[in-house]
Amino acid sequence: MISIFKREVRSYFRTPLGYVIVAVAYFFSGYYFFTYNLYGNTTDLTKLFELLFPIVLFLVPVLTMRLMSEEKRSKTDQQLLTAPISRLGIIVGKYLSAVVVFLIAISGTLVDAIIASFYGKVDWPCVIGNFIGLCLLGLALIAICLFLSSITESQVIAAVLGFAVSLFLMLVDAISYVVKSNFLKTFFEYISFNERYSPFTLGIVELQNVLFFLTIAALFIAISTALLERKRWN
Amino acid sequence: MIEVNNLVKKYGDKVAIDGLSFNIKEGEVVGLLGLNGAGKSTTMNCLTGYIAPTEGSIKIGGYDLLKDPNKAKKIIGYLPEIFSFYTDMRIVEYLDYVCDIKGFTKDKKARKEHIEAICQQTGISHLSGRMIRNLSKGYKQRVGFAQALIGNPKVIILDEPTVGLDPSQIIEIRQLIKDSGKESTVIVSSHILSEIQAICSRIILIHEGHIAFDGPIESIGKNITEGREVIVRVKGKREDVEAVLKSIPQIASFHHMEVKEPGCEDFTVEGKEGSDIRELLFKGFSEKGMTLLQLYGKEISLESTFLQLTGQERKGGEKK
Repeated sequence: MISIFKREVRSYFRTPLGYVIVAVAYFFSGYYFFTYNLYGNTTDLTKLFELLFPIVLFLVPVLTMRLMSEEKRSKTDQQLLTAPISRLGIIVGKYLSAVVVFLIAISGTLVDAIIASFYGKVDWPCVIGNFIGLCLLGLALIAICLFLSSITESQVIAAVLGFAVSLFLMLVDAISYVVKSNFLKTFFEYISFNERYSPFTLGIVELQNVLFFLTIAALFIAISTALLERKRWN
Repeated sequence: MIEVNNLVKKYGDKVAIDGLSFNIKEGEVVGLLGLNGAGKSTTMNCLTGYIAPTEGSIKIGGYDLLKDPNKAKKIIGYLPEIFSFYTDMRIVEYLDYVCDIKGFTKDKKARKEHIEAICQQTGISHLSGRMIRNLSKGYKQRVGFAQALIGNPKVIILDEPTVGLDPSQIIEIRQLIKDSGKESTVIVSSHILSEIQAICSRIILIHEGHIAFDGPIESIGKNITEGREVIVRVKGKREDVEAVLKSIPQIASFHHMEVKEPGCEDFTVEGKEGSDIRELLFKGFSEKGMTLLQLYGKEISLESTFLQLTGQERKGGEKK
């Protein structure tokens, strides 16, 4: 697992992909920080984290699109699957590499908070709560997009599917407003990433929301592993 | 070292391999032979744990590939038919990565020495710092071979190792395989018969998912030869030579060949089953005062043997 993780992290930064993702995340966090905080003379970073939510939804599919699909397309998966590594080890190694790049990408928000602290009092519990929320959102989305990458040989299809799922997760709130069935309303509210993420932007870290994102991550890691194992039996 | 029992692999309704059973001893170099689509690659994929068999069991070095996959895979070095690399890596870096995934020692010094020795053995030492994407096909194949040797595996499985290489590269890769066979059990898959002939001591011929032949390479011809065939060159007229051949009752058939030497006639002569016609031919011509210039056994090529064996198997399948 560690060997896969190390290779994947290196691979991100051996190609422009890792740098582009980090640069885009830094650009948007910097841009929002400048317009809302520096220009608006406030140290309240809640708006910045709120605006980063859709950015993360679109960055994660790009981050994960090649993880499994590229291995399948180029047939490098053959070496992995014939090596003495468990299927779970392969998936977790790849997953963690994407998580590391994601954490580097969103770490710009902490830099912004430090800069803001030079100009006024920063509400650190709120900033940390926001950061934890963004991390958890990333953990869940990366697992979902890793799964999507493992069902296709095309990076483009993996990315498009990732965007579609991300968009759906953003729009789930809207669907819950229009459906009449109480069951569906409750269901859509329950799976709404936005609903789960909002408390974090207020600095409220609720255990159920933490568990929700972690469960989604674990579930999709398990499905991806099962899918890889299934390939062996088909 | 390798025990395969009643191996069956089905892809949906299609049976790719059907009840393969064979054992391979330590230090054997075995050629897995078969036409395209015969089931060679499926067998190899099962042997390496890439795919699981539908039925049957595989033991590598005593470890069951299904129950103890990681222990079994640890002693296998595998070069797939289409070997793909992470082209964004340098050779040494890539081999170091293979050491990682194979769980080879973490001792940096021992690992460095191991990689250097393998680079030396495969002739890529001078390129070890190069990016893999910049290598020629021949060198990429050597890197593929090098990664299969990482961790000194007891079993080396090579699927069509010389496909797409030029003649000099083929010779080099064959030599590498021979050298590896001194320390490991090697299975080489190929549909190029001369290659198997040059490398292996034993052949397992797979045809339509079944084993059509399993035995030493020298016995493959004996297994299907119905009569002893010789070629003779006799000084004299064609009618006289034919008269002598007709007078020997142990001769089953003979065919005239193209005249290669003026005043001489060449014939292919086939004796009846179990008979040795060489002495009879010599005596027959000498009694008639004819000079026998050449007499040699007609070498049965592996190609013709292969076609006969696979043809026989097909007929057998139709009968079923």
